[in-house]
Amino acid sequence: MRRLGGVGLLLLLLALPWMINPYAISTVTRILVIGLLAISVNLLTGVTGLPTLGQSAYFGIGAYTGAIVSTTLTAVGPAQMLLAALAAGVAAAVTGPVAMRARGVSFLMITLAIGEIAYVAARRLDITHGTDGYAGIPPVVPLPGLPALRLDGLVYYYVLGGFLLVFGLVMLLLRSPFGLALRGLRDNESRLRAVGYPTSTFGVAIYCIAGAIAGVAGSLWTSTQQFVAPGDMGFSVAALALLAVVIGGLGSMWGSVVGAGLVVLTQDYIGGYLAGYGMLLLGVLFVLVVYLLPRGIAGLPLPRRVSA
Amino acid sequence: MTPALELEGVSQHFGSLRALDGVSFSVAPGSRHAVIGPNGAGKSTLFALIAGARAATAGRVLVDGHDVTELPEHRRVQAGVVRTFQHSSLFLKCTALENVVLAAQRKAGLSWSMFRPLSRRTDLIEAAHELLERVDLLDRRAEDAGSLSHGERRQLEMAVALACRPRLLLLDEPAAGLSPRETGRLGQVVRELPHDVTVMLVEHDLDLVFDLADTVTVLHLGQHLVTGTPSEVRASDEVQTAYLGAGDSSDLFLEGAP
Repeated sequence: MRRLGGVGLLLLLLALPWMINPYAISTVTRILVIGLLAISVNLLTGVTGLPTLGQSAYFGIGAYTGAIVSTTLTAVGPAQMLLAALAAGVAAAVTGPVAMRARGVSFLMITLAIGEIAYVAARRLDITHGTDGYAGIPPVVPLPGLPALRLDGLVYYYVLGGFLLVFGLVMLLLRSPFGLALRGLRDNESRLRAVGYPTSTFGVAIYCIAGAIAGVAGSLWTSTQQFVAPGDMGFSVAALALLAVVIGGLGSMWGSVVGAGLVVLTQDYIGGYLAGYGMLLLGVLFVLVVYLLPRGIAGLPLPRRVSA
Repeated sequence: MTPALELEGVSQHFGSLRALDGVSFSVAPGSRHAVIGPNGAGKSTLFALIAGARAATAGRVLVDGHDVTELPEHRRVQAGVVRTFQHSSLFLKCTALENVVLAAQRKAGLSWSMFRPLSRRTDLIEAAHELLERVDLLDRRAEDAGSLSHGERRQLEMAVALACRPRLLLLDEPAAGLSPRETGRLGQVVRELPHDVTVMLVEHDLDLVFDLADTVTVLHLGQHLVTGTPSEVRASDEVQTAYLGAGDSSDLFLEGAP
């Protein structure tokens, strides 16, 4: 039954460009990208118990890496994705150990600072073209030898491919021994240490993995927008991603994607009628979810368990 | 024979409070060694120092002749020093089975494995089943640890510790709050441990202590009072004074008390 639902959903996602207009499909593309970012936040916040507001930094690093690679090196998308993941992962490896010195609210504040530093850097540096933003990004080439993708529907397929790849890898990770160790870290870190785990090392490892995933999302963002500005890595991006995770349910990956969908749709469609009060509406949505669905849309917040 | 554990002048000072003050004794390999003493004697602090959860203010801790004083807690677990907690400390949102697997997979060197599902590691899961069977929790394996009773949590605590394949097992009040039947079961689990496992236990249930232990160390106000066989400790005047105060001559260790 579960498998049947998955196949149905996949078919629907594949058929979508034929069913809705190009503007709507580009919105779905952005939902997938923000969904990936939300998944990276959820790996830290929901699964490992490390609340973060800093994933926008690694998202931005991935976006700018994608921009720089596409203008100077290659228009081939997977190469951009890989290098973006690498750059964001390395950035996370440098900053992660600093954040992992703290837990809880202090961890949150350090990641917030990391996000703000990255935002200010993006506004000031030449390599990011400062506040002008990075323009002139060529359309993405999905694989060497194929033509560049200019239609929204085709870009959507490219993003969907990247999304499904990362989503699948995250699902594997959650069911693996490493995934169980992450849940142990969230549940009871001192006990995890007492059964022999170097817990901070595990924390830094998932921080790097989450950073790399945010980097992939950033590179996909660059491919869809063909423009990157400092605002793409600002506080509001981090806050929206965290909001999507809370709405979707801590620990549930598909919940995060649905949450990202709600956040993007609320902002884009309904927010348009409210003349700039979209953020206010998101705030109301957040309060409603916290009161009415304390475990988010997914209801059951825990990822797959070991079967007996 | 190299002692399983040697403590050389181990101290833990919190400001002017001397929770442990220059404690030295050694534990023979394979022995069942109890540590007793009135509340505040420093028993739990001693365990924390041996396990590496706290850094000693002074002194050295040697396990199997190797100085582990500088090793962090998780490295000492790798060296075989494993403890259970006075207040059950478990992964409450994981199932009983997952609690045990979490410990077993670390020992099996699989904790970094990211791509192969845990459900396909049948050897790991079977080993965990066997441990749960040993502590009478096999039919509760799919329950969250958070929904187990106090007694069941104590048993699970034991299974988690055994999954780490201890060479030196530290049991901090394993029988606290257990029913007589559960205590009996616990004693049996400890007795069934192979003799290459050295067991140290802190326990207030003196019946259990004298039932299990072949050696007893008495701590009092952070200081080492005496180490000896159970009968030597029973006969010691110092121990009598520490527990009951001078002048009280009532029998501290009632033979056959319920």
